[in-house]
Amino acid sequence: MGAREVVLRLEGITKRFGKLTANDDIGFALHRGEVLALLGENGAGKTTLMNILFGHYTADSGTVEVFGQPLPPGAPGAALAAGVGMVHQHFTLAGNMTVLENILLGTRPLFGMGLGRGAARARVEQLSRDFGLAVHPDAKVKTLSVGERQRVEILKALYRDARILILDEPTAVLTPQESDALFETLKKAVAQGLSIIFISHKLHEVTAVSDRVIVLRHGRVVGEVATDQTDRHRIAEMMVGAEVALPHPPLGRAGTALMELRDVSTPPEGNRTGLRRVTLSLKAGQITGLAGVSGNGQGALADLVSGLIAPDSGELRVAGQTVARWSPRAALAAGVGRIPEDRHATGSIADFTLTENAVLEGYARPPFSRAGWMDWTRARAHAEDIIEKYDVRCPGPEARIRLLSGGNMQKLILGRALEAGPKIILANQPVRGLDIGALTYVQECLIAARDAGAAVLLISEDLDEIRALSDVIHVMSEGRLSPEFPRGSKTPAELGQWMAGQGFADAA
Amino acid sequence: MRLEPVAAPGLARTLGLPALAIAATVVVASALAMLAGANPFATLGLIVKGAAGSKFAALETLNRATPLIFTGLAVAVAFRAKLWNIGAEAQLYAGALMTVLIGTQMGLPGPVAIPAMAIAAVLAGALVLLGPVLLKVRLGVDEVVTTLLFNFIMLLFISMLLEGPLKDPMGMGWPKSEAIPRDARLPRIVDGLRLHWGFGLALISAVVVWVIQVKTTLGYEIRAVGQNPQAARFAGIPVGRVMVKTALLSGGLAALAGFSEVAGLKGNLTLDLSPGFGYTGIVVAMLALLHPLGVVVSALFVAGIFVGADSMSRAAEVPTYIADISVATALLFMVLAILLTRFRVVRG
Amino acid sequence: MEIFDILVSASFWAAVLRIASPLIFATMGELICERAGVLNLGIEGIMVFGAFAGWMAVYAGLGLWPGVLVAFASGALFGLAHATLTVPFGLSQHVVGLGVTLLATSSAYYAYRLALPEVTSPPRIEPFQPLDIPVLSDIPFLGEALFSQTALTYLAFATVLIVALVLYRTPLGLALRAAGENPSAVEAQGLSVTAIRMGAVMVGSGMMAVGGAFLTMSAFSSFFFEMVNGRGWICIALVVFGAWMPGKALLGALLFAGFDALQIRMQQTPLGADIPYQVFLMVPYVLSILALVAMSRRAEVPAALMVPYNRGER
Repeated sequence: MGAREVVLRLEGITKRFGKLTANDDIGFALHRGEVLALLGENGAGKTTLMNILFGHYTADSGTVEVFGQPLPPGAPGAALAAGVGMVHQHFTLAGNMTVLENILLGTRPLFGMGLGRGAARARVEQLSRDFGLAVHPDAKVKTLSVGERQRVEILKALYRDARILILDEPTAVLTPQESDALFETLKKAVAQGLSIIFISHKLHEVTAVSDRVIVLRHGRVVGEVATDQTDRHRIAEMMVGAEVALPHPPLGRAGTALMELRDVSTPPEGNRTGLRRVTLSLKAGQITGLAGVSGNGQGALADLVSGLIAPDSGELRVAGQTVARWSPRAALAAGVGRIPEDRHATGSIADFTLTENAVLEGYARPPFSRAGWMDWTRARAHAEDIIEKYDVRCPGPEARIRLLSGGNMQKLILGRALEAGPKIILANQPVRGLDIGALTYVQECLIAARDAGAAVLLISEDLDEIRALSDVIHVMSEGRLSPEFPRGSKTPAELGQWMAGQGFADAA
Repeated sequence: MRLEPVAAPGLARTLGLPALAIAATVVVASALAMLAGANPFATLGLIVKGAAGSKFAALETLNRATPLIFTGLAVAVAFRAKLWNIGAEAQLYAGALMTVLIGTQMGLPGPVAIPAMAIAAVLAGALVLLGPVLLKVRLGVDEVVTTLLFNFIMLLFISMLLEGPLKDPMGMGWPKSEAIPRDARLPRIVDGLRLHWGFGLALISAVVVWVIQVKTTLGYEIRAVGQNPQAARFAGIPVGRVMVKTALLSGGLAALAGFSEVAGLKGNLTLDLSPGFGYTGIVVAMLALLHPLGVVVSALFVAGIFVGADSMSRAAEVPTYIADISVATALLFMVLAILLTRFRVVRG
Repeated sequence: MEIFDILVSASFWAAVLRIASPLIFATMGELICERAGVLNLGIEGIMVFGAFAGWMAVYAGLGLWPGVLVAFASGALFGLAHATLTVPFGLSQHVVGLGVTLLATSSAYYAYRLALPEVTSPPRIEPFQPLDIPVLSDIPFLGEALFSQTALTYLAFATVLIVALVLYRTPLGLALRAAGENPSAVEAQGLSVTAIRMGAVMVGSGMMAVGGAFLTMSAFSSFFFEMVNGRGWICIALVVFGAWMPGKALLGALLFAGFDALQIRMQQTPLGADIPYQVFLMVPYVLSILALVAMSRRAEVPAALMVPYNRGER
């Protein structure tokens, strides 16, 4: 690695939001030509730190130095100008503009004339070749795949002569193969003298690409190790404070099929993949795990099970009967309990109280209403039940749900679904973003529901979670569903190949 | 700058900031009075006196508040569901039209005519809003513009009728309808006082709307759809149907303003029946934070400003439009104040 | 055929351009706001104030062009109020827009009464005069139809060209379009979403005010209450009809003006005499609704329209 020139140094960064300390005296240095992995669970303070670096937040105390020069706090653009480029997890691209226009955005004086497209296009094509980032400069961004969009993000940084590249959870949306291509690009970048911060919570990637690992927990740096002098378990321990223990539930006793999909297809919606001739059987007493890179049809399948969309072709059978009219209400009536992917946008109403949220799915029927009149006494009692039984930490049933932490909000949603006594449970990313306590609790509830005879469909991007909890596993790729694999019958690598689309009958 | 939620806003914040908004409005009004060369204190005094300084003034304010309560309720109900009904003016005229039609053409006896007029008015108002709402629900056409444009179409339609089939032959050429018979008019609440039962009906409506919002499944659905349609749809609430029901309720309420103005006050239909009650209803509803009972209070406040300003401008050389400016200013200051009760502005 | 006679008269086409001009200014103004992500329902009131301000400035002794500038500045000021509330504070664009319309309209009326307390009919000013473009205006038919307009009409058409050039050919236009589509793209490249949106709303509002001023300074020569008469709302429909593109919006404005000019002339035909004039007057509003319906499923709405942006939140 030669001379260990420090290109970026953070010292004593502290940022508080009200009572919460998001960043607590964080400090570390990035050296030229190294890949530094920044590791931590959700809520560990990674995003806040990046927002401070890019001037979107002003730190309460602490300094940032880039190439030895202090960065003025709270000045968006200063980091960019100093040669730091960021690839955000949620892409910062305008879909209505071309690749070239997105790259050019903000690179010229705002009130200047002309865009100099010709020279810019040549430069972008050169960079594409040098770093292995194939993408057409004149394509509209909204027509691009997720992988291509990420390449545009990287090109944006390179076009601005970034010497430091920060990637936030870059592989969350990529297939294993696309991830490998990304790692190749990163290697080329390092070879050219760039330095990289790689933010992730996936251990195996971190160990694969990084030279050094820094672990954040509760807003503090809790560990720093050279990657080649440690192993995954040690890092995992640092992340959560104790070794992560995934549950090892015994296999469930599969009963009759409660919900069956036969050759079901649904049309794609906008950018979202539809289902392509999916056949699936959800059996009583069984957790069916659905693995796959996000955006490969899991959304459509979840919407279908929860009643938001109906099959375009094929057959949906619930409890042995073909379903004619399918809607959220029909799904609820058929005994489908739903834990949606996005608890804020879909699962709850932020300004409603816990009581109002607790009856969101059941308000139209007794005991919560009769002949159009709400029975708020019963509703409140129901909310209090859930709060107690599911250990929802809150000021009370009349508090607005927006005040709750993600874990407590999820427990209320879980309680709402489970208290209705569902026969079929859709759990879409049920533990994403939860702290370890809530996570374990939610998983235990799902296992208990299975043991009580419910058919559970568990959708997750976390392969370890899927492999630990599921009795049987399916993989989705481009809207297609793999055959059923019993627990333990496939290695992660084999599942990864299915995730990349290999093995399907109509593989194209 | 950045907005940061205030976890538990104190009383000083929740009451102080709105009070500050009203104070700021008073400052603006004073400045306007000074621009007109008048003494601001005297001007404000005259406005207050004109709005509530005598029995006559107070009754005038109550009368003026009546249609504003109806249109304010109409807007409050719709905005709760994030249904942007800016067409209360058209629905008001639809209600007034049906009132005149039933009242003058059917020859019904008074006790039958009054409920018949009211029901017909509600139906017509509901129908007028149904069009834009169906376009919104079915085709995704933005209802702000369609309801706005309907206001102009409706006014032209009324104008056409008033110069055609509905024209009063005794009207000396003015575009106005025949008057409905005396026995089909809304009675006074108290004999001898110029305040008709339209005001009573408005109060009752406010209570009814409030009960609907807090006690019924429809009210719950309306609030859910307004706050988060995606979550509402996921939970099985039929979002489109709720929108339509909301529209029927909203349009009907606005139409009652027309019914009450014709049957309670004017007796006939003219093109100046409403000096923008439909638009002012938006201000009334927003000042009330969309709360049905609050609408009554804010309607009285807004009506007071208008009545007071009318009376003031007869005495001082300050144009009555000072009332319109004050009301608009109050609206803008108030929405800002309400935001700041929940969020604080922080640097960086 | 009466319609045919109307369509082949040069005066008809001249009228189309005249009627379209205020709509073009205001539609371009609204388009800029919406492209940056802000729905500006202040448009109707801002046009009223612009109509008053430009006219009053000239009545008070200013020249015509300074009058246009005064109108623009007054619109930008109301735009500043709108943008302050809707951009950094992120308040409802519906409520603030309607509030600004109420405020601007009543301010214009108040100021009018203050300035001319005793007047029953508003005084006239010397408006912009038709400007024959050398050579072009001598072309038979076309010259009379297209090239004998006032300077403000030519400016309206030039505005479309400028707006299109800025939007698609300059760094500023890039930032503006991105701000209305994905503001975090703008922020990530080191630009300020707040500044871009506020600037767009101010300039757009200024253009709306010039659209209003066209009515008092070019089309008519005095200020009447209710003279804007829903034109602002029609312009909002035209932006949708034009799919947020300057060229298509111009086409929409011309089409619209064509129908409007036609209905005015149809009123004077024997056929028109049998139909109540109100039916003709309804045509623009009905057309606007039809335009919205026609475009409802097709247009690509700027993705971040009406979505407030809070820095650092994503």
